[in-house]
Amino acid sequence: MSTATEAVPAADAHQQHPLGLYFKIWGLLFLLSALSYMVDVFQLQGALRWTLIVALMLAKAGLIVAVFMHLRWERLVLICVVVVPPAALLVLAGLMVLESDYVFTARMLYFR
Amino acid sequence: MGGDGATTAGQAPQASAGEGQGGWHGLAADLAGDRQMFRVSWGKAMMWIFLLSDTFIFGSFLTGYMSVRIAATTPWPNPSEVFALTIAGQHLPLILIAVMTFVLITSSGTMALAVNYAYRRERGRCAALMMTTAAFGALFVGMQAFEWSKLIAEGVRPWGNPMGSAQFGASFFMITGFHGMHVTAGVIYLLVVARRVLAGRYESTGNYDIVEIAGLYWHFVDLVWVFIFALFYLW
Repeated sequence: MSTATEAVPAADAHQQHPLGLYFKIWGLLFLLSALSYMVDVFQLQGALRWTLIVALMLAKAGLIVAVFMHLRWERLVLICVVVVPPAALLVLAGLMVLESDYVFTARMLYFR
Repeated sequence: MGGDGATTAGQAPQASAGEGQGGWHGLAADLAGDRQMFRVSWGKAMMWIFLLSDTFIFGSFLTGYMSVRIAATTPWPNPSEVFALTIAGQHLPLILIAVMTFVLITSSGTMALAVNYAYRRERGRCAALMMTTAAFGALFVGMQAFEWSKLIAEGVRPWGNPMGSAQFGASFFMITGFHGMHVTAGVIYLLVVARRVLAGRYESTGNYDIVEIAGLYWHFVDLVWVFIFALFYLW
């Protein structure tokens, strides 16, 4: 599909890329989803299960945001505006893990 | 910028510093100049900022779900079994969610192609692909309705369920309900834009950015499902 890339003046004009790229990413997303389903089919447990779940999740999310949403072709300032604030959510999640561990312990000690 | 009708009117003259620069130098120049920063159409910038706000909503929901699940002293129902189906005598764990995942990924693929054809100004193909995307979205919502009905019939409620922790019902209906609402809104959004594309509304200006903007929303819905699939159904 060489016609896709011609007459595109700059990356910030219109997001147009070869169709083959989308098909590759599409296939890759199918593969990664199948693999994450396999994690459940084979009932993997413990650290292995969590490593696979999180790694596959982040890989899929990265592909969707970078290619399907064209973020990798945007200017760095837009990438930062989109990617940096959600990092605050990781802080929230970390705090809530500590908090809910504490709530669980308190419930087990006093409310059972 | 060039040829983008939405951004030309009423703009201050573009400063030359940083023009065309990428990377960190471009970022510094973009932030330092008293001028338009993102160099995308205003509609696209606004959609990104809306999606950022939506990220915080879904992020807070998933964090809240994680908190109640960790703090629950009663056993959490096993999603693998809760969402299992018996098809043709075969017991298939989590099969419904797996099918829904593939339907949504497929819709993301057709949407990406629609954006491509929009910029090629092949409006018939673009509209057809957008309607295909909307059809997959509707199929997803239909399967979610089936999933909800099945669980409600089994006695799952926002305040309890027969399989274990009451928090399961609250988390399930809140998270999947909010996501399903986004998919439903997306289906309507896509159909409206597809109809306008087909009618030739964007032919005079040649500005098909709206298709990409609608695509951003749709891919985001798929993106959220990636996290829900991993954190709610696989945990």
